[in-house]
Amino acid sequence: MTENAPPGLSRRGLFGLTGAAVVGAGVGFGVDRVLTPHEGSSGAAAVYPFFGEHQAGILTPAQDRLHFAAFDVSDISRAELKELLEDWSYAANRMTAGLGAGEFGPADGPYDSPPDDTGEALDLPPAGLTITFGFGPSLFDDRFGLANKRPSALIDLPHFPGDALIDSLVGGDLCVQACSDDPQIAVHAIRNLSRIAFGRAKLRWSQLGFGRTSSTTRAQVTPRNLFGFKDGTANMRAEDVSTVDKEVWVSPKDGSDWMTGGSYLVARKIRMTIETWDRTSLREQERVIGRTKGAGAPLSGGTEFTEPDFTLTGRGDAPLIDEASHVRLAHPSMNAGAQLLRRGYNFVDGNDDLGRLNAGLFFICFQRDPREQFVPVQLSLARNDAMNEYVRHVGSGIFAVPPGARADRPIGAGLFA
Amino acid sequence: MTQRRIVAGLSLGVIAMLALAGCVANNPAGTDATALTVDSSATECAVSAGEAPSGNVVFTVSNSGDQVTEFYLLADDGLRIVGEVENIGPGIERNLVVQARPGDYFTVCKPGMIGAGVGKTPFTVTDSGVEFTADENLAAQIDTANANYKSYVKDQIENLVTGTEAFAEAYKAGDDDKARELYAPTRVFWERVETVAESFGDLDPRMDLREADLEEGQEWTGWHAIEKDLWPAEAGADFTAYTQEKRDALADQLVEDTDTLYANVQDLEFTLDQQANGAIGLLDEVATGKVTGEEEFWSHTDLWDFQANIDGAKVLYAGIRDILVAKDADLADQLDTEFAALQDLLDAQRDGEGFTLYTDLTDDEIRAFSDQVNALGEPLSKLTGVLVL
Repeated sequence: MTENAPPGLSRRGLFGLTGAAVVGAGVGFGVDRVLTPHEGSSGAAAVYPFFGEHQAGILTPAQDRLHFAAFDVSDISRAELKELLEDWSYAANRMTAGLGAGEFGPADGPYDSPPDDTGEALDLPPAGLTITFGFGPSLFDDRFGLANKRPSALIDLPHFPGDALIDSLVGGDLCVQACSDDPQIAVHAIRNLSRIAFGRAKLRWSQLGFGRTSSTTRAQVTPRNLFGFKDGTANMRAEDVSTVDKEVWVSPKDGSDWMTGGSYLVARKIRMTIETWDRTSLREQERVIGRTKGAGAPLSGGTEFTEPDFTLTGRGDAPLIDEASHVRLAHPSMNAGAQLLRRGYNFVDGNDDLGRLNAGLFFICFQRDPREQFVPVQLSLARNDAMNEYVRHVGSGIFAVPPGARADRPIGAGLFA
Repeated sequence: MTQRRIVAGLSLGVIAMLALAGCVANNPAGTDATALTVDSSATECAVSAGEAPSGNVVFTVSNSGDQVTEFYLLADDGLRIVGEVENIGPGIERNLVVQARPGDYFTVCKPGMIGAGVGKTPFTVTDSGVEFTADENLAAQIDTANANYKSYVKDQIENLVTGTEAFAEAYKAGDDDKARELYAPTRVFWERVETVAESFGDLDPRMDLREADLEEGQEWTGWHAIEKDLWPAEAGADFTAYTQEKRDALADQLVEDTDTLYANVQDLEFTLDQQANGAIGLLDEVATGKVTGEEEFWSHTDLWDFQANIDGAKVLYAGIRDILVAKDADLADQLDTEFAALQDLLDAQRDGEGFTLYTDLTDDEIRAFSDQVNALGEPLSKLTGVLVL
């Protein structure tokens, strides 16, 4: 980027333009010194503000790339944890605005010091970066005096039938979901937040995702998962305001004041046995999903967005949408109305020792109360879903996602009030 | 894991085996398939052309009506079904692929799935010179294969009943050495017909559930619950051996459930596509559970199950091989080769009457098994499509 790039479009340009507004240096400062970015344009230059009533990265139109990370907090004090969240908020606010993680940036600052930003995002636009923070159940043990702040909805997830969880892919005190349309931007965010946390929190597990598997706004087309089927057709959208208010955001009535305006994130790393799936007949694939592979229409008829008719029967009075199909078992009508805001991504982590692609879906969902939403839906799926033949849940996490930050209120401030 | 392929196919009659949708086999003459469209409305069955050259013909059927519809290609008598595609929901599009021989046919749609249908129209297949193998004996061959497989399933389950009784007796009597000795050789009878045995949705979880498949609070019964008690060293220090009462209850229920399974398989009938899908399903079982050592978590006798799944798949394949040779001899050759290569790998792990324990296999040996399962699985997955076309 050149020095005369248009303001608001280039990382460097933005930094040069607004750097003067950034006051103070070093770690341990509050977020009062952070700048307030301008909400910008679209496409690669899209900017979603970090500040807001709710955290970005939930209703935000699902970006194409993900870097998700779970952290464990080190042996630090309550005050140090509070500082970490302030520092993270400061850096997240800058990075989502297209700036470097620190005040100087990757190519400036004291010559004898390492740059305060790692630099790989230097010439890139922010590409719609959002950074979303969450707190795992283990954060609320006795280390930081937060036990009385643990929301009752932040349960420990039960064992679901067929779970094949790998210990190293489960849990975490903190989580960070970084989404962007540019994979390098998402990785840059996690890398710099990890660096900021060294000595205070350490990476426990992380996941790269490519290819969103759901849409969160009406304008987006429905993407496909690695089974080759459209995924997220029936997902709730940002435009469904009353549904979102009812199903996604924690209300003051829900019992944990500091969580009002927040949500609960459940992440599941779902390995797909795609080799056996690929050898399965189209008949069986469509039966398992309950939709056509091409158009994504429910097998009961219509087009992609037609509501499935679970009562419609065909030959031998068998339902056109199989009793064990995924679309039936996951449908709100089969789950006492429970809905989830899904925001998952495809992943391929190379291959396993048997030469099979280590591939699948990194499922992420947001909801107001996992006890009423994710848990009963997943229990029903784990019991009966025909898809279980082809999937295996290997990673899992649940996190309380606090409300959005403000200039005077870093992420999680309510925890320490 | 419950394998439902067999159940899913149960509603298909013998006729339906002759033409399933969505499977495009190699055209024998190497020419492109003829693509036609069919618009099935409440009153019409509009086919885009009234004739096609012999060879593969793809009818893309769109249901523009508001009822579930079916599309049929009928023989010149207007009755015999040459090909059909059913359960097309309103607005849905689905393919019927047939190997059409020269001759006169009729096309007809059946919105609502009852009555004589609508829009019955003559359809002509002209001679393109594509050669077809004679199939006069096809129906008889299929009948024989179906009957033979039925006998095989019953025989295996009979053996399972006898074996389970002996196993249960030893286990209840506290003769753990004998029970351990009988465990894998008895389960072989289950694993050989696993896709059938698992198709009884209520029995399978009672008999063959692994510990990881349990739901919180669910009672664990069946083979693997006993397996853990018989191999306590593998179960870890915090495992408590079962009481005699629990042993008795588990053993009695397993015997009882096996008897129920025996009763259930007596009246089963099989179709050609079910057999082909059964062979594919058994190989999937190998790929997902046995190659990874997850099935026999405590006893590590996975290779017994592996061999039994392959036994079952080979029986299914052998029963329908003649039919396959007539339709696609190259595929039969390839399957012969790949089955043999997999058997060589298994034979190399034989140890007395049994096999090397999974935990004693090297990484390279496991990898070789996995690779060969894929090498066999890919051509095997074409079986149904080729046979029913």
